[in-house]
Amino acid sequence: MRRGIVAFAAVLGLATAHAEAQDVPLVADLANHLVAITTGFTGTDVLLFGATDGPGDIVVVVRGPAKDEVVRRKGRFGPIWANAEAVTFRDVPSYYRVASNRPLQEFAPEMLLERRQIGVDTIRMSNVGETIPLDQAAAFREALLRLRTADNLYDQGVGDIALMSNRLFRTALHFPANVPTGTYMVEVYLFREGQITSAEIVPLNISKIGISAEIFDFAHGRFAFFYGLMAVLLAGGAGWVAGAVFRRV
Amino acid sequence: MHIYLPIAEMSVNIFIVLSLGGAVGLLSGLFGVGGGFLMTPLLIFIGVPPAVAVGTQAAQTVASSVSGVLAHMRRRNVDFTMGAVLTAGGFVGSGVGVWLFNVLKSAGHIDLTISLGYVIFLGVVGSFMLAESLPGVLNRRPVAVALAARGPGRHMWMHGLPFKMRFRRSRLYVSALLPLSIGFLVGLLVAMMGVGGGFLMVPAMIYLLGMPTQVVIGTSLLQITFVTAGAALMQATVNQSVDIVLALLLLVIGVIGAQVGARLSSKVKGEHLRVMLGLMVLAVAIRLAFDLVISPSDAFSLGGGDGS
Repeated sequence: MRRGIVAFAAVLGLATAHAEAQDVPLVADLANHLVAITTGFTGTDVLLFGATDGPGDIVVVVRGPAKDEVVRRKGRFGPIWANAEAVTFRDVPSYYRVASNRPLQEFAPEMLLERRQIGVDTIRMSNVGETIPLDQAAAFREALLRLRTADNLYDQGVGDIALMSNRLFRTALHFPANVPTGTYMVEVYLFREGQITSAEIVPLNISKIGISAEIFDFAHGRFAFFYGLMAVLLAGGAGWVAGAVFRRV
Repeated sequence: MHIYLPIAEMSVNIFIVLSLGGAVGLLSGLFGVGGGFLMTPLLIFIGVPPAVAVGTQAAQTVASSVSGVLAHMRRRNVDFTMGAVLTAGGFVGSGVGVWLFNVLKSAGHIDLTISLGYVIFLGVVGSFMLAESLPGVLNRRPVAVALAARGPGRHMWMHGLPFKMRFRRSRLYVSALLPLSIGFLVGLLVAMMGVGGGFLMVPAMIYLLGMPTQVVIGTSLLQITFVTAGAALMQATVNQSVDIVLALLLLVIGVIGAQVGARLSSKVKGEHLRVMLGLMVLAVAIRLAFDLVISPSDAFSLGGGDGS
């Protein structure tokens, strides 16, 4: 964290100087561009910081890699409950968070938020395959948002951005332990008088690093069979060793 | 302290995993049962995806059965011919099981299947344990004696089956179809529920095949070792669902727990503990059944299909 603050201060100095020199209305960056999921990973905060050339409102949107997601609904079959209908939503962000320096409604027109998909309720989802009535699809959509929120992957609320002297801003982006891997897009918007006057996109890479990455790649790659073989031999060997050791004791 | 499980793709508290593994190992050593039927549901309870719980548990069962089968081999208590036939059936069964697992998973019914399977399975095991140990505690004649008294030779229909084979160590001449189908059923259980299947195989070998009791345990362990190894290999290749980090954590602590349990078992009064284990197993079964029957708190769920 301390290293993050030092980096923040140092880069911020450069960034403001840069902004003034080139007359760029908005600059932003992340303290790290890589979140490494190592064996001890329990979630992390990444610092986002930046500067503007004058008063305005800042909105940050973080989107995880888009994936298809299946939502299922249980129904009653005799005495037991089992999954009945399912709806597949195409290209849903696997992670989503919004932060701003004050409530969005105070400065951003709803239409603009909707167009840019800012706010959990504005995420566009189209279901594929199944034909399901529109009002029912809405229930599935709501369930998806609710379950993702329960998993800490979506946040229904809007996070805080600290804005200093109407120039500098910073916020901590939280990524929980179950964060999906892939390339994330951190979008930073500068709002002025109900318009987006400037925007910047900073990519963030979340990937497995070290031994856990190697195990994952081994298990999912072309040599999955040999991974399995290794696991079985390791298990068998451990059992044999344990048996031999305890026979002597 | 947390550790990230690379295949389950989740972070777990290492002490929770170690205490679960140790406790299940202790129980399995104490009662001489495979711990799979307790470990798999426990892993699912702490949030490990069902596919990973089943695949990993299959790998772990290899470890716990290998030392057992070696011990029985030294005492020449293994019928290799019978073991080979049971294993052949087991391979086919677990192949079908892995395939069925995938079909049910993409249809969104795998959680239900596993839960239902465990309700039946734990219900049966728990009832048997109680039936076996309660009479002893209440100072009556154990049921097991009554069952054994029936002995082999009564099931005449089985002796009319074709493909008869001679099993020297077991001193049996029966149709190969019988051990093949027993092996098949056990293989199915291994692949779909992550259990060794000894609870099913041992009584089937004694009462259905009429095998001598002293070779039953060793031979069933031989089958379990190879079939769980095959199932783990298939789960790893087809579903990528064997978490080696989780398996190693569980087996190291599980092996220690099992040895401690085995040592303790000679010192404590077995029958009272068996009653308690039986009650505990039944309680888990009832709890799982309850969850299936009551209205779910949230009717919706995510994934399980192509999306996740």
